[in-house]
Amino acid sequence: MAATSFTAAKFLAPVAARSGGERAPPLPAGASSSSFARAMRRGGAHHPRLRTALAVSSDVLAGNKAQAAAANPAVTREEALELYEDMVLGRVFEDMCAQMYYRGKMFGFVHLYNGQEAVSTGFIKYLNQADCVVSTYRDHVHALSKGVPARSVMAELFGKATGCCRGQGGSMHMFSAPHNLLGGFAFIGEGIPVATGAAFAAKYRHEVLKQSGPDGLDVTVAFFGDGTCNNGQFFECLNMAQLWKLPIIFVVENNLWAIGMSHLRATSDPEIFKKGPAFGMPGVHVDGMDVLKVREVAKEAIDRARRGEGPTLVECETYRFRGHSLADPDELRKPGKDYFPVSFYFFASLVKFLVLTRLSGEMENGIKASLAKFVAMLKMASNIVLMKTDEKSHYAARDPITALKKYIIEENLATESELKSIEKKIEDVVEEAVEFADASPHPPRSQLLENVFADPKGFGIGPDGKYRCEDPKFTQGTAQV
Amino acid sequence: MLGAARRQLGSGPMLGQVLRRLRPAAVAEATRGYSAAAKEMTVRDALNSALDEEMSADPSVFLMGEEVGEYQGAYKISKGLLDKYGPDRVLDTPITEAGFTGIGVGAAYQGLRPIVEFMTFNFSMQAIDHIINSAAKSNYMSAGQISVPIVFRGPNGAAAGVGAQHSQCYAAWYAHVPGLKVLTPYSAEDARGLLKAAIRDPDPVIFLENELLYGESFPVSAEVLDSSFCLPIGKAKIEREGKDVTITAFSKMVGYALQAAEILSKEGISAEVINLRSIRPLDRAAINASVRKTNRLVTVEEGFPQHGVGSEICMSVVEDSFEYLDAPVERIAGADVPMPYAANLERMAVPQVSSFSSILNFLLALAHTV
Repeated sequence: MAATSFTAAKFLAPVAARSGGERAPPLPAGASSSSFARAMRRGGAHHPRLRTALAVSSDVLAGNKAQAAAANPAVTREEALELYEDMVLGRVFEDMCAQMYYRGKMFGFVHLYNGQEAVSTGFIKYLNQADCVVSTYRDHVHALSKGVPARSVMAELFGKATGCCRGQGGSMHMFSAPHNLLGGFAFIGEGIPVATGAAFAAKYRHEVLKQSGPDGLDVTVAFFGDGTCNNGQFFECLNMAQLWKLPIIFVVENNLWAIGMSHLRATSDPEIFKKGPAFGMPGVHVDGMDVLKVREVAKEAIDRARRGEGPTLVECETYRFRGHSLADPDELRKPGKDYFPVSFYFFASLVKFLVLTRLSGEMENGIKASLAKFVAMLKMASNIVLMKTDEKSHYAARDPITALKKYIIEENLATESELKSIEKKIEDVVEEAVEFADASPHPPRSQLLENVFADPKGFGIGPDGKYRCEDPKFTQGTAQV
Repeated sequence: MLGAARRQLGSGPMLGQVLRRLRPAAVAEATRGYSAAAKEMTVRDALNSALDEEMSADPSVFLMGEEVGEYQGAYKISKGLLDKYGPDRVLDTPITEAGFTGIGVGAAYQGLRPIVEFMTFNFSMQAIDHIINSAAKSNYMSAGQISVPIVFRGPNGAAAGVGAQHSQCYAAWYAHVPGLKVLTPYSAEDARGLLKAAIRDPDPVIFLENELLYGESFPVSAEVLDSSFCLPIGKAKIEREGKDVTITAFSKMVGYALQAAEILSKEGISAEVINLRSIRPLDRAAINASVRKTNRLVTVEEGFPQHGVGSEICMSVVEDSFEYLDAPVERIAGADVPMPYAANLERMAVPQVSSFSSILNFLLALAHTV
């Protein structure tokens, strides 16, 4: 795992002023996110009132080795093992979901989170129980990280009465009031205003109702994807969250794909983190495949929100190893499909080399120097080439779980056998969850008509908290009751 | 006991009021005026006082919407509330219906009691995803873990000359959805009682007011002015008793129905007017009881006819009281066109008092030929 080049202190440091008129170059078709780092160095807030809000990018794919020499984020053994266990739980659970789906135990829409575990674990493991999490339909792992037991989630997916929503919600609608998991929304963008409302409630409780927790404001984290960042509600809530300085963190899980729509085909300016400063809040880009980096950013953003300094937009560059859902054949992410073929870049580099050396007559002399030039040109294109040839294996090589495992072992935080025993424990937990879900009963028929209303009689709740219609002194006006 | 009351209150107008309360309820209903006292209140003041009282009783109640604060409310319903409760509890929002409705729903998830005002319910279409998917369905999807004690209120239906995009009635749209309660007040008493009940209710309530009713005055009794006055949700009111035909109406159409009933009574037809008050849950018991008594039904609404409120009422009566019907159910609704602007066309696009009489005469003529 590469040492982080991002430090939290950079969050609020003022951006170097841009030279007038310069703007980030438009990204070429199919460009990789390495250009994020390049653009970051040129980009930034230029509006006079936004001088304190900035876009920060962690130099993850630029291959900028100089910056990689910065110190590792500090993490204790306990923390590292907690993170590892949580990510393994997410991965094993989702793999089990796929198995169960193909065996017919699970049905409908199931969206799996494989590959994105670092984002969920990195943020949610830093939250308290009173903090809220709002998610999308890809919410199993957010539920698990927030503390909903694996057996409750599995039973919910099987549609059994012992599920966290008694089988009424399903895969896309995980709710858990004791864990402050506020859903589970099928419409993209729908969770963002709800999360903003939960943050509003936290601020209201603190300022109007004078109920304060010891740590500060309760924080809300909203998770959503790259496709959502083109939705109107997203921008409406960036505006209102910053306007009212709400304790919320907007976490973009940019996995580059919205079903089959590439982020680059759908978005005029694909750098989502830059949209935060446009509304006056910090926008941060982080490597979402590295849980320690994510955790570093999460700490800063969450502490800021707790102190009442307002919202943050965090863009996590991540990837989903599986298709959009288990029904998705995932054909558009095959190697080379939408991009220029590998060969083009190879031959372009070769032709350039041949032409230049021909012109300069270097062919016979200094063949080593020529070769070095050729190799340098190839390297320049290497990031793009790697992305284009096989996006999937590029990200598979950055699997967050393998990376954390490597880090833990290299830093001597735990032994390989300890990690293996964690994996074994998680496998047992998930197997037990499946057995539990299998053995659980289906919901009773009477459950169909329950819970449409909290107060089905419709008479309302009186000031003493009881149903008004049960109050003997119930005022009826002139209506016959 | 009556003697004691008389001694306590003395003679005069108060006595009449007490006696009216002690009389059997059915007889009390027959009288249009519910109080001897002449205190009148506009619907606007009724709503304002209800908001004021509920906000002062429960600090978790807050109001948000466009122009509710410094502008004192687009229709002055929230007048004075900003000064009294401050900007933390009376929030002027940017023009972002989807965003601020979702924020209200999220706050309700966390136990606050928001009142979200739409400048008109036409604008609620920009937020309808949150009303239905985040608010109405949440208690069900979460199996009772997360209830949403939110009120969405605002003017609904046609105003005067505001054109097609500002004139639609949404009663049928929202009443279609399980998980929502839909209320349609008519008088000041309805407005006060139903709004207070809606704010105290733990479920999402759609409160459909009417802009043209805001300025109308209605007599209110001391009971109505009491700060704990609430009307039950799901109960209709018999505004006028009758025996020949039942007319169901809601919101502004109740006034028209009463006028029509007055005209009909001069021709010897006694019409019973039901003020529905609650579209969801619909007071099927009251409607059916009335139809069983009169054997004829006319449903009135201002909105578009197809798939409207009248269709549901008709079906309810057909299901429960078919044998009691002497004539087909008649439906009076707005014209099946987007609302035109020209004044004469607009008059034709909403029901007028004259429409009632002609239909009723037709029905009764039909009955006499059988």
